[in-house]
Amino acid sequence: MTETNTAAGYLDMDLLRFTTAGSVDDGKSTLIGRLLYDSKAIFEDQLEAVEKSSKSRGDENVNLALLTDGLRSEREQGITIDVAYRYFATPKRKFIIADTPGHTQYTRNMVTGASTANLAILLVDARKGIIEQTCRHAFIANLLRIQHVVVCVNKMDLVDWDEGTYNAIVEDFKKFASRLDNIVEVTFIPASALLGDNIVDKSSNMPWYQGPTLLYHLETVYIGGDENHIDARFPVQWVIRPHSDKWHDFRGFAGRIAGGVFKPGDKVKVLPSGFESTIKGIHTMDGELKEAFAPMSVALTLDDEIDISRGDMLVKLNNPPQPKQDVEAMICWFSADKKLAGRGKYILRHTEKEVKALIHEVRYKVNINTLRKIEDDLVFSHNDIGRISIRTSAPLIADSYRRNRITGSFVLIDEQNNETVAAGMII
Amino acid sequence: MHQDYSITHLKQLESEAIYILRETAAQFEKPVLLFSGGKDSIVMAHLAKKAFYPARLPFPLMHVDTGHNFPETMEYRDRFIAELGAELVVASVQDAIDAGKVKEETGPHASRNGLQTVALLDGLEEGKYDAALGGGRRDEEKARAKERFFSHRDAFGQWDPKNQRPELWNIFNGRKHHGEHFRVFPLSNWTEMDIWQYIKLEEIDLPSLYFSHERPCFVRNGVIMAVTDFIELLPNETAQVKNMRIRFRTIGDATCTGAALSDAADLDAIIGEVAAARQTERGTRADDKRSETAMEDRKKEGYF
Repeated sequence: MTETNTAAGYLDMDLLRFTTAGSVDDGKSTLIGRLLYDSKAIFEDQLEAVEKSSKSRGDENVNLALLTDGLRSEREQGITIDVAYRYFATPKRKFIIADTPGHTQYTRNMVTGASTANLAILLVDARKGIIEQTCRHAFIANLLRIQHVVVCVNKMDLVDWDEGTYNAIVEDFKKFASRLDNIVEVTFIPASALLGDNIVDKSSNMPWYQGPTLLYHLETVYIGGDENHIDARFPVQWVIRPHSDKWHDFRGFAGRIAGGVFKPGDKVKVLPSGFESTIKGIHTMDGELKEAFAPMSVALTLDDEIDISRGDMLVKLNNPPQPKQDVEAMICWFSADKKLAGRGKYILRHTEKEVKALIHEVRYKVNINTLRKIEDDLVFSHNDIGRISIRTSAPLIADSYRRNRITGSFVLIDEQNNETVAAGMII
Repeated sequence: MHQDYSITHLKQLESEAIYILRETAAQFEKPVLLFSGGKDSIVMAHLAKKAFYPARLPFPLMHVDTGHNFPETMEYRDRFIAELGAELVVASVQDAIDAGKVKEETGPHASRNGLQTVALLDGLEEGKYDAALGGGRRDEEKARAKERFFSHRDAFGQWDPKNQRPELWNIFNGRKHHGEHFRVFPLSNWTEMDIWQYIKLEEIDLPSLYFSHERPCFVRNGVIMAVTDFIELLPNETAQVKNMRIRFRTIGDATCTGAALSDAADLDAIIGEVAAARQTERGTRADDKRSETAMEDRKKEGYF
């Protein structure tokens, strides 16, 4: 990775968002530190600042966690509380890391970090094998529909680079992962983040491993199939009306495509009204486009003058979503000071729309360490995950989360204090 | 037939920023875009133009004016805003000083940087703005790494980093009580390199300060400072003033923005320089060096 970013190369790069979850001792900070440092995303003044504070804290080695733990309270307590976003790039890709703490009490942070990720790195300590925390992270990755998982078996140096130990961990994880139906691809990599084996450079200590290094995998994993390019969904965000002489009759429906491909001439239906029309043009400041797909932000014009406003959705005729007011969903409860009240009322925010929501029934909670259902304690508090049913005041134009992460997700907001209290995935 | 429906990372960042800008216009009654004349706010204003094209921006631009500007910044500002066809609101630190609301620092290290917060909060209150769009990026500084796209501020303009709203998928909760407001950061996921590459891709015009030029400078605490009417030189500094070939990596108040020795006279040269750089761009900002959590502390008070 000695190449620098050249002007030309940089214009072809794509973007991979990945999440890491881990706790103090599993080498997560070392791993991230190495990726950032080797790709030159850490600068001298940042490193100097970290060296200085490591020393003043009495840390023996340079504490790379201090790079990500920026908040005063985090530095004081020596833990990552929040989701920290970190960035690095190689000549092939730009990467956004959502770095989250790994303990049960930070489940909500893991869920937040996972919601936008294409890939999850699960760190396993080779000495300990698959533990409760590994299963918890895998469960969350699956729940949030991260399609690519890397099981990084770390600290191989501490088990004498032993192939048998590694193979046993791989088998253990495979047995467990057969229950995780959203994960499309699992890649196993034996590594030592501390010594750099199989992170950026291939390990000479493990000649028995023929697979990619972690960075090579991150640079090349195919994510083109992650978006749903079949079901056409266009949530209307804003209506553009220039009121100018040049654009006198222009009425553009602005939004970010949530699924499928739109082309001029396509027949579309407006939901919930049900009116039909044809796409006249796909507009951007750089000119009109021949087609547009997720996650592009564009403005559509239609052949007919139809009343369309923010919160409506344009879809194609062949596979429209069915508007519904009764929704089944998995949720993660976020609020630290309020519990989910049975029959409670909340504001539900879905795509560009807000409706009122009544909690109809709490079905079960999940013990995310054992993955067993809990049916005798149905009160959701901080970090709880489980299934509920909701009745909304107006129909949602929704898909199942499994088909579409954007049209299948929502948050619940407390009416009194406006806090986001839960994240939901429609079943 | 299998088709590759993918877009480059710059187009993804552009689409995300446009989404945030439209969401801000839709969710708030009276947003305003904070425009400093620096490259990040220029890129943000450019993206805003794209978001609402062919209509004009549905919100004004606000310049928090410390009065200590490089003349190149002011000249650029007026030209840029005229071309954009946008409305400009100026929140003036000088006015705040004249009104006795803040007291100006004195001496060789005097800076109006800290006073900006007062002018900003006053400007927001006066205009009854309920959302202020800022060009902050998470890669700039560790306190910003945990900043939200939609960052809630209480009635005193303060940020509570421990009590931030979670942001999942592309759902942004901009609900608030009367008197509260939001800071919105559409460029959260951009890096300095992304900004420069995008400027090149979009052929965006920049203030000349970003490109290599000669001017009288001196060195203070290891930082190269330009000689301006706003900085009082220490006795030993007067003697060491000399013409240096420099450019600015960030543009802020003239009293606290350091320059870097550079021959980079065009975008390609700057991109090469950024790629090889071993110091963050804020490494030249004297205001961040005051303490380890200087940025977090200023942000809690309402700094942007």
